[in-house]
Amino acid sequence: MKLGKEEVEHVAKLARLAVSEEEKEAFSRQLSEILTYIGKLNELDTSKVEPTSHVLDLSNVFRDDIVSESLPAADVLANAPDRESDHFRVPKIIEERV
Amino acid sequence: MNPTPLTIHELHEQLKNHKTTSRELTRRVLDRIRSVEPKIHAYRTVTEESAMAQAEAADQWLQSPRPVHPLTGIPIALKDNLCTKGIRTTCSSKILENFIPPYDATVVQRLKESGAVIIGKTNMDEFAMGSSTENSAFGLTANPWDVNRIPGGSSGGSAAAVAADACIAALGSDTGGSIRQPAAMCGVVGLKPTYGRVSRYGLVAFASSLDQIGSITKDVTDCALMMDAIAGHDSYDSTSADIPTPDYARALNRNLNGLRIGIPREYFIDGTDPEVLHAVREAIHAMEKLGAKTREVRLTHTEYAVATYYILATAEAGSNLARYDGVKYGYRAKPTKDLLEMYMKTRQTGFGPEVKRRIMLGTYALSSGYYDAYYRKAQCVRTLIKGDFDEAFKQVDVIVTPTAPTAAFKIGEKTQDPLQMYLSDIFTISVNIAGIPALSMPCGFTKTGLPIGLQIMGRPFAEEAVLQAAYAYEQATEWHKRKPNI
Amino acid sequence: MPSVETKQDVKYEAVIGLEVHAQLKTASKIFCGCSTKFGAGPNTQTCPICLGMPGVLPVLNRRVLEMAVKTGLALHCKISPYSRFARKNYFYPDLPKGYQISQYELPLCEKGYLEVAVNGQIKRIGIHRAHMEEDAGKNLHEGLEAASHVDLNRAGVPLLEIVSEPDIRSIDEAVAYLKTLRDILVYLDVCDGNMEEGSLRCEPNLSLRPVGREEFGTRVELKNINSFRFVQKSMEYEFRRQEKLLREGGRVAQETRLWNTEKEITVVMRSKEEAHDYRYFPEPDLVPLMIAEDLIEEVRKGLPELPDAKRERFAREYGIPVYDAEVLTISKDLAHYFEACVAVYAQPKTVSNWIMTELLRELNNRGQEIADCPIPPDRFAGLLKLIDDGTISGKIAKTVFEEMYRTGRSPDEIVNEKGLVQIRDTGAIEALIEDVLLAHPGERESYRQGKAQLLGFFIGQVMKRSQGKANPGKVNELLKKKLGEEKR
Repeated sequence: MKLGKEEVEHVAKLARLAVSEEEKEAFSRQLSEILTYIGKLNELDTSKVEPTSHVLDLSNVFRDDIVSESLPAADVLANAPDRESDHFRVPKIIEERV
Repeated sequence: MNPTPLTIHELHEQLKNHKTTSRELTRRVLDRIRSVEPKIHAYRTVTEESAMAQAEAADQWLQSPRPVHPLTGIPIALKDNLCTKGIRTTCSSKILENFIPPYDATVVQRLKESGAVIIGKTNMDEFAMGSSTENSAFGLTANPWDVNRIPGGSSGGSAAAVAADACIAALGSDTGGSIRQPAAMCGVVGLKPTYGRVSRYGLVAFASSLDQIGSITKDVTDCALMMDAIAGHDSYDSTSADIPTPDYARALNRNLNGLRIGIPREYFIDGTDPEVLHAVREAIHAMEKLGAKTREVRLTHTEYAVATYYILATAEAGSNLARYDGVKYGYRAKPTKDLLEMYMKTRQTGFGPEVKRRIMLGTYALSSGYYDAYYRKAQCVRTLIKGDFDEAFKQVDVIVTPTAPTAAFKIGEKTQDPLQMYLSDIFTISVNIAGIPALSMPCGFTKTGLPIGLQIMGRPFAEEAVLQAAYAYEQATEWHKRKPNI
Repeated sequence: MPSVETKQDVKYEAVIGLEVHAQLKTASKIFCGCSTKFGAGPNTQTCPICLGMPGVLPVLNRRVLEMAVKTGLALHCKISPYSRFARKNYFYPDLPKGYQISQYELPLCEKGYLEVAVNGQIKRIGIHRAHMEEDAGKNLHEGLEAASHVDLNRAGVPLLEIVSEPDIRSIDEAVAYLKTLRDILVYLDVCDGNMEEGSLRCEPNLSLRPVGREEFGTRVELKNINSFRFVQKSMEYEFRRQEKLLREGGRVAQETRLWNTEKEITVVMRSKEEAHDYRYFPEPDLVPLMIAEDLIEEVRKGLPELPDAKRERFAREYGIPVYDAEVLTISKDLAHYFEACVAVYAQPKTVSNWIMTELLRELNNRGQEIADCPIPPDRFAGLLKLIDDGTISGKIAKTVFEEMYRTGRSPDEIVNEKGLVQIRDTGAIEALIEDVLLAHPGERESYRQGKAQLLGFFIGQVMKRSQGKANPGKVNELLKKKLGEEKR
C-alpha cells in the first residue's frame, strides 16, 4: 500500500494539519510502510464476521433531564488563547459552516 | 527510617499507629523527588504546596477517631493525562502546555475522597502515543534501573516515579499496554482493568474504545488497594459498567490450588528475548508449584492485533484530537491571516511527530472510500481477537505471558522506526482490543540487571482472579523487593 | 432536435425534499446538564462537557430519546430496535469537539410519512429518516473586522433531524409539509416551532425536471433560512433561477446555496467538489440504544390526538364545517378551548363562530395566544347562553365580550351592572316605537304611502333609542303591527 504525496496533502487538509515538504516525504514513506503492514488484515476472511464497536455488552445508558449548574463564565474562558467580551475570539472565518 | 521505599499498606500501618505523619511522609517524598528528578525526569509538575495542604488535612483526619481509608495521607502521582482541577494537565503536549482543567477526573475525585495526597503529574508520551516516553514534548524520562534506557511508555513517568520511590503509587492509562509495558520495564506492578471497570471521565482521550485507567504500584497488595479506591460505576461515563466491585484487597489471601493457567503458544515466539522467555517460564513453573494447573491455549489471531490496533486506535484518536484547534484552550499559532491557517499552523506546531503520524493514519482510515477496507475490517478482526479470548477462558481462569518481548531498550533505539516501536506492544495490545483485565509484575532480571515483566490476563471483570494469582506468586518470590540503585 | 424556442415552452416541475432540524424541548442539553434556555449571556450555559474540554464524556438525556420516539411514531416511522450514535467529523469554531455527535448508520426512526392537505387534496410525503443529534454553537461576525466571536450556549442543545423523501412536487406542498410538521411537533409538545429563534430550521433541496419526465434533475441544497416566509421565497427564487438556466440551455450545478435575507437571492456556498468528507464512525463514548417493543407501545398509547385526526373528529363529532375544524385545531390550546366551551354550551356552530370571529380577532389585535386569553371557557360559553336565552342581544353581547376581555369579569356581572338586560316588555317597546314615530313624521308618512323599505330605518331608530337593549325580533313584530294599523 502506497500513500503518495498528493494523498498525504489531502489527508493533512482533512485533519487540519499544515505539512512541510519534509513532513510530506516522511509521512508518505512511514504511512506507506505502516499501511503495508496493516494490509496483513486482508489475509483474514471477515465476510461473515460482525464488527465490534463496543467490547462491553452495555446499552441504554441515560441521564435524567435535570438542569445542573453551568461553569462560571470566568472558568469557561480562562484557558482561551484569545477572547473578547465573554466570547472566544478566532481569526476571520472565510469558509462557511457545513 | 526513610519511608519512601515503603508500600501503601506498610505506610498505612505507620500512619494509623501514628509512627509517622502524612506531612513527614510527603516531605520525604518531595525530598526524594528533588534528588532523583535530575536523573530520571519522571514529573511534569510537582504540586508541593497543595500536596502539603492535603497532607495536613490527612493528618487531622488521622488524629480523629474516624475510620481511615488505606490511601489517607499517601502521596500518589498522576499521569499528566488525568484532569486535575486547578493543576496544569498537559498530556506532555505543547498544544496543552498551559491548560488548567476546571474539573477533576472521576478517579482524581475518588482519590481525594479517600484522603490521598496528590504529589504531582508525571511525564508521558504525548497524548499517550508511544511505548518509551520519548514522545513527550517536554523531554524524555529515564529508566531508574539504567538511565540510558527508556522507562517504557506511555505511562513512563508514573512507572519510573514508583520504581524510584519518587511517589508511593501512581495512576496511569493503558490503551495498548501503556501501564503494563512501563511497569514491566521499571520492575513494578501495573494493572489495566477491564474496559468499563474504572471511569474514563477526565482521562484525556486517546482511543475511547481502548483507553482504561489503572494503577502502578510497588506490589500487588497496593494494586488491590488502588483498585478499591478507583473502581466502580460512574454516571458520567456511559461506558462504565454498573456492576458491583468486590473488595479487592480482602480477596488476596488465596493459594493457587486448582487455578487453571493458560499458556498461549502465540506469545512464546521467536524474536522474544531468550532471557525474557526464560524468566516467564520460570514464573509459570513457580506457579505450578503453588498448585496451579497449566495448559496450552490458542489465541490464533494474535499476529493481527497490532495491525487492528493501529487502525482502531488512530481512527478514534484522529477524531478525539480534533478538539485541539486553538479556539477554546491550549496553544494557538500566531499570527495567522484567517481561521483555516490558524487551524493548520496551530496543529502543525502544537502536535509532535508521532501524534501527527497517528492523526494522519486515523484520518486516512476513516476517509471517504476507505472506511470499509480499514476501519470496518479492523472492527471485524477485533471480533475475532475477542472471540479467541472468550474461547480460551472457557478452559482456563487466567492466561500468563511475557509483558513485552524485551527488557527496557536504549534511549533512541527505535525512534527512527515507528513500526518497530509499534511492534514492541505486541503482547499487550490484544488485551485492550478484547477489553479484558491484565496485570504486569516483575518476574526476574536480565543479566545486565533490567527487570522483566510477567503478564497475567483475566476474564472480563475478573480482576480479582488476576490479583489473586499475582499475589500468590509475589508471596513466593522476592523480585518486587529489589530496588534500583539511583 | 429541440430548438431554443421549444425549450422556452417547456414546463418544469419542482422535485423537493426538506431537511428539518427541530430543537427538542428538554430542560437540559442532550449530553450534559446545562440549560437549553434561549437568550442567556454568551457562554454562560456551558460546562466542560459541552465545551468539549479534554477528558469529558457524553451521557444521553433520556427525554431526548423519549421525544424522538414520540415524534417518530407520530410521523408513522419504524422505530429501530437497535440504534446508535456516530461522530460526524469536521472543523468549525462553533463545534467544540471537532465532531458532532449525530446518527448515521442505524438512525432511530426510518420510513415514515406525513399527510398534508394542498388545494383540498391529501398528499402523502415520505419521511426518509429522523435522528437525534447535538446542535453546534454560534459564530458571530457582525461589527467585527478581522475576527469572529464564538458563543457555545447552543452547543449540545438536542435536535431531531427529520429528512423527507424527495416526494414534494411544488412549493405550496413544501410549505404545507413544513406547516403540518410544525403543528405536529408543537402538538406533541416536543418543539416550540419557533423559526426565528432557531428552534425549527429548514433546509430544502430542490431540482427541476420537465413535466412528465421520470428522472430527477440536479439538485441544489438551500441553507440559512430562518422564517416560513423565507422558506417560500427562497424556493421560489431558486425555482425561477433554475428554470431560467434550463430554458437558456444551461445546466444546474450540484451545489449548496445560501439564502441572502437582504437581497432575497441565493448565492453559491459550496460546490460538489468541495463537499465534505465527514469520516463518520460509531461514537465509542456512547452505548447503543435497544428500543423494546413494549416501550414503543407505551409511547404510542401516550401520544396525543394529532392535528389531522382532531380536525377530522371535530367536523364529524360537532357537525361544524371543515374550514371551522381546521381553524380550531391550529393549536392544541385553541382546540381545547373550543371543546371546553362546547361542554358547557352545546351549540358547536355558535361557539365556533364566536371563537373564529370575536375571540381570534381580539387575540390577533393584541398579538396574544389563546393561552393568554383572560376569559375562561365557561364564561365565554356563559355569554353565548345569555344570547340564546334572550337576556342580551347579539350586538350587546359583543360589547359585553370586549368588557369581559378587558376586565376578566363574568358576563352576568357586566350585564347586570350596566343594565344591559334586553328589553322584551311589549309596553316598554311600544313606548319606544311611539317616540320614534313621533320624531320622524316625514318617514312615517312615506311609509304610509307604501315605502315599505323604511321598516328597517324605524327598527334602527328604536334599537338606537333603547341603546341596543330592545329585543330586535320583538321590535320588528311590534313595529309592523303598529305601522300596519296606521296603513289601514
